[in-house]
Amino acid sequence: MTIKLYGVAMSTCTAKVLACLHEYGAEFELVPVNLQNGEHKQPAFLAKNPFGQIPALEDGDLTLFESRSISTYVAEKFKGSSCDLLRSQNPKEAALVKTWMEVESQQFSPAISPIFYQSIIVPILYGGSPNQAIIDESAAKLGKVLDVYEKKLSSSKYLAGDFYSLADLHHLTYIYYLMKTPYGKLINERPRVKAWWEDISSRPAFKKVAPGLTLGDKN
Amino acid sequence: MAAIKVHGSPLSTATRRVLACLYEKEIDFQFVPVNMATGEHKSDNFLALNPFGQVPAFEDGDLTLFESRASANYVAHEFADKGTQLLISGSNKEVAVLELWKEVEAHQFNTPSSKVVWELFFKPFLGMATDAAVVEENETQLGKVLDVYETRLTQSKYLASDNFTLADLYHLPNIQYLLATPAKKLFESRPHVDAWVKEITARPAWSKVLAMMNQ
Repeated sequence: MTIKLYGVAMSTCTAKVLACLHEYGAEFELVPVNLQNGEHKQPAFLAKNPFGQIPALEDGDLTLFESRSISTYVAEKFKGSSCDLLRSQNPKEAALVKTWMEVESQQFSPAISPIFYQSIIVPILYGGSPNQAIIDESAAKLGKVLDVYEKKLSSSKYLAGDFYSLADLHHLTYIYYLMKTPYGKLINERPRVKAWWEDISSRPAFKKVAPGLTLGDKN
Repeated sequence: MAAIKVHGSPLSTATRRVLACLYEKEIDFQFVPVNMATGEHKSDNFLALNPFGQVPAFEDGDLTLFESRASANYVAHEFADKGTQLLISGSNKEVAVLELWKEVEAHQFNTPSSKVVWELFFKPFLGMATDAAVVEENETQLGKVLDVYETRLTQSKYLASDNFTLADLYHLPNIQYLLATPAKKLFESRPHVDAWVKEITARPAWSKVLAMMNQ
């Protein structure tokens, strides 16, 4: 039985999981969820994720939601292959991966998500105008977070150490969208962050995911 | 001197999260107070421990960590054999359920509950005015989250399983502050949530965390 991932390729959180699945070469089926029709708030989907958000994952009798718990499950399930994104064999490295996963979750995401929401979601999905005050406030916060990253990346190649891990991967989709906005400068102005971004976004697994991240593209 | 050190403040929710875990695991540690009123958490010495300048920071010998959930998670794994079992062992599928409910705390519960705690507990404490609109918006959001918890807790004694785990523990700091505000009504109106709140806040290890206020 194959893993089923319910979501859409253009969603930051769904694509986060897709990147992880591709890193491990895992077989899966992407089952589209019709957000326009509110499918994610209907009982059938709420039975998978009571918070009514994509993605959700089914693997046989296991149903999961929250993208970061899904990617962690994938990394554990396919552990032992040449791919090692959690460093589970080394408790100290594993703890550092968890620390920088928390940083992405608690420091980075809350700062970048309003920029993404105002710059891309509000105009495209709601036909509204971006709230520049919110963007400016978030850009300032994101800049401070990225200053910490700039310093950290002077002592290690990736966030948790000299190895690529889920901590780096979890940043891919939000940064990809940020680079479509003028706020991509926050990445480009910081040489080590920029180099790190260029490295992680050139990974073959991410190159399979990036073409699906089409929000904001002009047709 | 204990190999484990926690640098933080006894009032800080994030510091309490790590302390709760250490007390549950019955592990010796040294608490190093950080004087936030004087900006010690932004000093070079502290930034060397946590470059984000936030409490707590955590040390175990030559390992330095920050982010309370990562620190508590490390303790729960490193000392799996001691004290309370805070993890789920078993198949990847069984473990995944714990990870899921930890994420729910981080991404669904933490934001609205933190905002309500800030408005209804800390702002009055600091002589600042509460923003009623922020309270209403976040109490509504928190109510929706607790509705999900109410259903979940009819299926399972604690969030991730029939045993107390890290997923429940991570909620304790914000719950404790909410109980000291009118927002406690959000728990009282949901019987399974209410029972769970009473149960987890009555744990002896949590009482030890609260007793640190008296030191």
